[in-house]
Amino acid sequence: MTMATFQAEPQKSDQPVYKSKWSTGRKIRHIVFLVLLVFISLGLPFYLLFITASKNQAEALQLSLRLPTEWHLIDNFKTVLTEGKMITAFFGSVAVTVPAVALALIFGSMASWILARRATKPMAIIYALCISGLILPPAVVSVMMLLKTIGLAGTAIGMICVYMGIYLSTVIFFVTGFIRTIPISLEESARIDGASPARIFFTIVLPLLGPTLGAATILLILYIWNDVFYALFILSGKFDTLPLNLYNVASAGLHLNNWHLIFAYIILMSLPLLIVFAVAQKKIISGITGGAVK
Amino acid sequence: MSTHSASSVKQSSTGVARHNYIRLLSQNYPVRFLVPAGFILLVFFFIPTILNFVLAFTNWSAYNPNISFNGFDNFISLFKNGMLLRDLRTTLIFAVCVAFFQNVFGLFLAVFLEEDTFANRLARVLFFIPVLMSALAVGYVWQAILQPNGALNQLLGGLLGHTVKTAWLGSTTWTIVLVSAIQGWKWAGLAMIIYLAGLKTIDSEVLEAAAIDGANGFQMFWKIKFPLLAPAVTFNVATSLLGSMNGFDTIQAMTNGGPGGSTEIFNLYVWRTFGQGTYAQSTTMSLILFLVVMIMAVPVITYLRKREEKIL
Repeated sequence: MTMATFQAEPQKSDQPVYKSKWSTGRKIRHIVFLVLLVFISLGLPFYLLFITASKNQAEALQLSLRLPTEWHLIDNFKTVLTEGKMITAFFGSVAVTVPAVALALIFGSMASWILARRATKPMAIIYALCISGLILPPAVVSVMMLLKTIGLAGTAIGMICVYMGIYLSTVIFFVTGFIRTIPISLEESARIDGASPARIFFTIVLPLLGPTLGAATILLILYIWNDVFYALFILSGKFDTLPLNLYNVASAGLHLNNWHLIFAYIILMSLPLLIVFAVAQKKIISGITGGAVK
Repeated sequence: MSTHSASSVKQSSTGVARHNYIRLLSQNYPVRFLVPAGFILLVFFFIPTILNFVLAFTNWSAYNPNISFNGFDNFISLFKNGMLLRDLRTTLIFAVCVAFFQNVFGLFLAVFLEEDTFANRLARVLFFIPVLMSALAVGYVWQAILQPNGALNQLLGGLLGHTVKTAWLGSTTWTIVLVSAIQGWKWAGLAMIIYLAGLKTIDSEVLEAAAIDGANGFQMFWKIKFPLLAPAVTFNVATSLLGSMNGFDTIQAMTNGGPGGSTEIFNLYVWRTFGQGTYAQSTTMSLILFLVVMIMAVPVITYLRKREEKIL
C-alpha cells in the first residue's frame, strides 16, 4: 500500500487543469443522472429512516413509504432517550473513544518518529511488526480472556487498551510514512542548540504532523465510535456504548415490533459524527484526499 | 552529527564509524519513545495473538473449569461438522464481493463526480454520510428495506402494478451477495475519496495529449486514467478485501448469519460460539481467520504492488 503520504498538503496546481469541454446538453444530462442517483441510492434509505422514526408503532410496523399520519419524531426521540440507556451509552462511547484516539495518536506518533528516523535493520523489523495489525485480525477471544485475568474485562480502561492495540498500527503506518517526507534539518538545528529529544519531538516534530494526525483521527473515530464487534466481547453488558446499546435494543426481541424506536435511535446516534462532519467537512475531505495517493 | 545517512556510514565502512552512528541514533532518537506504543501492542495485540495459538488446542469452555490440551480436536471437529469449510467459503465470497462492489461503486462515483462543480461537491458529501454511520445501523435500515413487506417491494409493486413479495434476505445463494453489496454501498464514499485523490494526481498534460490524439471518453478512462490510479487501487482493494474478512456488523444486523447459516462469516461464528460458552471452538475459528488472512495478505499485496510497478 502506498499511502505513505495519505494526507500531505493538498496539491495546488497552478498549471491549467485539463477540462473536458462539455456541451450544455451533456451538463444537463449529468445533473439529471446525478439527481436520480442520489435519490435512489441515498434518498430511499434515508427517507425511510426518517419517516419510520416519525411514525407510531403500528404504522412503523408496515415499513411503508407513506408519510406518517401523525408526526411522532420528537416523542420517539424522547422515548429512546428516557427509556433506553442512550444517555449513559453516549457518555460510555465518549469515555472510550476520546482517550483511545488521543492516546493512540500520541503514543503512535512518538513511536513513528523513532521508527522513521532510525534506519537500521532491527528497526525495520519492529516497524513491520507494528503495522502488521493493519491487516491481521485481532485475537478477540484471547484478548477478552487476558483482560479477565488482569481484571480489566468489562471496563472502559480495558476497552481503551484493546482499541489502542488494534489501531496503533494505523497511526504508526500513516505517521511514519509522513515523517519520512519531512526534512531532518529542522530537528538538526534544534539539536545543535542543545534541545533534548523530548523537546524536539513535542515542539518541532509533533506540530508538523497536523494533516496526517487529522486524517488518522477521522479514521480512528469512525472505527472506534461505530465499533460493536470488539465491544461485544470486551464490555459484554457491563459497560454501554452507543452501538452496543443499539445492538441490545434491536436484538432484545423488541426488534420486529419497534422499528420506529430503532430508527429514532439510529438517527440520534448518528448525529454526533454527522455534526462533526458538517462542521469540518472541507478539512476532513481534504485531509483524507490531499495528495493522497502517490 | 546524525546527518550521517546510513549509506555514508556504509562507505566509511569502519566498525568504529558504524558504532558511533548507532550511538548517535540512540542518543537523538531514544528507544524509550517506542515504549508506550510497544507496551500496548505487545500486551493487547501480540500476546493475545500468541495466546490464540495456545487456546485453540485446548478444551476451554464455560462448562469446563479445567483447561487441558486436546491437540487438533477442535480443528478436526470444525472440519467434520462442516463449519470450517462452509464459513471459509462464505467469508471468501463476502470479502471478494465487498471488494468488488466497494471499488466499482467508489470508482464510478469518483469518475462521475470528478469535476469540481457545486453539485458534484455536494454529492460527494452526501455519499460520505453512510461512511460515518455505524455499520450496525446501516444494516438495520437495509434489513427494513429488504423485508418481504419492505420498502423495496412496495416500490417495485407500485412500478409493476402488482404485489411483490420477494424475500430479498431469504436466499441461501444470493443473500450473501446482496449483503456484500450493502457493505460496498456503505464504504463506497471512502473508496470514492481515495480514487478522487488519485485522479487529482494525474498530470493534466497526459490527458491533454490523449485528447489531442483523439482518445474518446472510454479510451481516456480505461487506457489512461484507470492504469494511473494503480496506487489507489492497491490501497482500496487490499483494505476492502482483507478488511471484510474481519467483517461482522452489517451481516449481524441484516441476517444474523441466516438464512440457514448461509451468510455466517468467520466472525459471526466466533461470536455465536462465544455466546454459547464453547470458547475453544470460538478461539479456533478466530485462529483460522487469522491464518487465512495472513496467507491471503502476502500474494494479494505482492500482486497489487507488482501491478503498480509495471504501470508506473
